[in-house]
Amino acid sequence: MAKSIDVSDLNIYYGDFLAVEGVNMTIKARSVTAFIGPSGCGKSTFLRSLNRMHEVIPGARVEGKIVVDGQSLYDPAIDPVAVRRQIGMVFQRPNPFPTMSIYDNVLAGNRLNSKRMKKSEADSIVEKSLRGANLWNEVKDRLGKPGMGLSGGQQQRLCIARAIAVEPQVLLMDEPCSALDPISTSAIEDLIHELKSEYTIVIVTHNMQQAARVSDDTGFFNLKAAGQPGHLVEFNATKKMFSNPDEPSTEAYISGRFG
Amino acid sequence: MSTLQAPQAPGPSALHASLARPRLPRWAPAGLGLIVIGLAALLLVLGVGFGGSVALGALTYLVLLPTWSAVVEGSRAAVDRLVTSLVWGAFAVAMIPLVWLLWTAIDRGSSTINLEFLTFEMRNVIGDMQGGIYHALIGTLLVTLTAAVISVPIGVFTAIYVVEYGKKNRLSRLVTFLVDVMTGIPSIVAGLFALALFVLLVDPAYRSGFAGSVALSLLMIPTVVRSTEEMLRLVPEDLREASYALGVPKWRTITKVVLPTAFGGIVTGVVLAVSRVIGETAPLLIVAGVADSVNTNVFSERMQTLPVFIYYQYGLATDKGRAYAWGGALVLILLVMLLNLGARVIGRIFAPKKG
Ligand SMILES: Nc1ncnc2c1ncn2[C@@H]1O[C@H](COP(=O)(O)OP(=O)(O)OP(=O)(O)O)[C@@H](O)[C@H]1O
Ligand SMILES: [Mg+2]
Repeated sequence: MAKSIDVSDLNIYYGDFLAVEGVNMTIKARSVTAFIGPSGCGKSTFLRSLNRMHEVIPGARVEGKIVVDGQSLYDPAIDPVAVRRQIGMVFQRPNPFPTMSIYDNVLAGNRLNSKRMKKSEADSIVEKSLRGANLWNEVKDRLGKPGMGLSGGQQQRLCIARAIAVEPQVLLMDEPCSALDPISTSAIEDLIHELKSEYTIVIVTHNMQQAARVSDDTGFFNLKAAGQPGHLVEFNATKKMFSNPDEPSTEAYISGRFG
Repeated sequence: MSTLQAPQAPGPSALHASLARPRLPRWAPAGLGLIVIGLAALLLVLGVGFGGSVALGALTYLVLLPTWSAVVEGSRAAVDRLVTSLVWGAFAVAMIPLVWLLWTAIDRGSSTINLEFLTFEMRNVIGDMQGGIYHALIGTLLVTLTAAVISVPIGVFTAIYVVEYGKKNRLSRLVTFLVDVMTGIPSIVAGLFALALFVLLVDPAYRSGFAGSVALSLLMIPTVVRSTEEMLRLVPEDLREASYALGVPKWRTITKVVLPTAFGGIVTGVVLAVSRVIGETAPLLIVAGVADSVNTNVFSERMQTLPVFIYYQYGLATDKGRAYAWGGALVLILLVMLLNLGARVIGRIFAPKKG
């Protein structure tokens, strides 16, 4: 069951530093939502606040409301661990576990939570996840080898496989393709298309074509000025964003003319 | 707008000339070293003192090699040669005491060591009768092992608190400060503290291996905390986040991701801490006492340890006593080496692997 996410008046802080200000949006269930915007405008920060990863950083906090399927994410009664089991994440930089083999990395979400499963079941999860991340053919003969021995792009696909292996309801992807070649990128995009029928997907990207290709809705974040907090400039259906956006600054950014 | 001009493209010959540099032959540093050693030997024969010849030789080398290099290779290479020579020199100077010490211990100790020396105790051994260090060896192993059993959990858990939970709050900074202070405690003070503790708790004549272990763990804990802390801090934050993002609770993240990643380093740190205390004499002399025979119960009776054995035998001021002291010293050194080798092997086995 996929989930929709309602964000209202969200302010995100690192200590006293207000990084993102006043975000309102609705992320629809079973759709792909893309975030675009210049570097440092708070896309990653906002994404991390959606599965309570933001508070992992000392001093980081969030004001405002995020409601996932009727449940307020930042309610004191909510267990962040349970949230993260439902809302998975792929990070900007690949981060496979160095002590684990490729096989164990894919199963990390299950194994680390001590979920018991049969060997055959585990094998099929590994194969399915690695195929999903377009990595199966490259690693099927060396599943027992360390995950750190893969190339950067392969590591990133391993991290994607690891995230989808636990079948989260929502998948947050922070520039998942920034280290990938065009073939893997298109495999990931295909995967996103497939997953979208069951999951809610949120993706940050610097690649306009990618945003246009894969997403249903697009949010454009920007900084008012250097040192100012980032904010959501426009949130609209992707088709409209890329044909006639409401805001002139969106059009300027998308077409490559700034300011 | 800009006043930059396109740089003139150098011709192929200009490029060639700018990259190639005359170099000294590869054997230059070593060859010159040999020549200088020969010169120093000559000086020694001529009656200049040992220190004088070595100093003159080193100085000559440090002047000759850079000068030669400056003439042939230019000033940058000359500075490089000078600094390289200085670094090698510092390395050699640092190695001298180490090799010397090892050699002395082997030279004086190896003739004493034999099967009897390793398996006999000293009870009823008088005059020239064959005695041994068996009791001291057992004592050292038991006391050190007990000290490790006490300090490793305390040290590792403290480090986990400071790095994973403390996050620079007051308490964790206080702990770090206290640990730093503890690092500087003189070992004799630790011994006196353990003595006072057990005198208060048990009875004034209480001596045991366990009291020695407590004293040693006072010295070990700060080292274990410090090294474990460093190792835990080396684990990238990315890995913790990757684990949290999979819905893994914090304690599982620590036990299954952070600790395994840092395991090799933690083991090395623990072994270094053990090596540091295994040769402690003063506290053991005070609280574990001196004994002639094997005692395998750490909780009662005096217990002999290798350093105390060495101290005691040397204090006898007999030829046999001195020989036994050196024999014991050599065994102690070998023990520490063995420990370090073991730590390396364990560290290698558990280190995160690539490829
Ligand atoms: N751990 C942190 N502590 C303090 N400030 C941070 C931290 N991480 C990010 N910031 C700040 O928050 C702001 C938003 O950063 P964020 O990483 O969200 O940008 P981004 O939009 O993802 O950029 P990019 O496209 O380069 O990934 C920046 O000003 C950044 O300096
Ligand atoms: Mg980012």
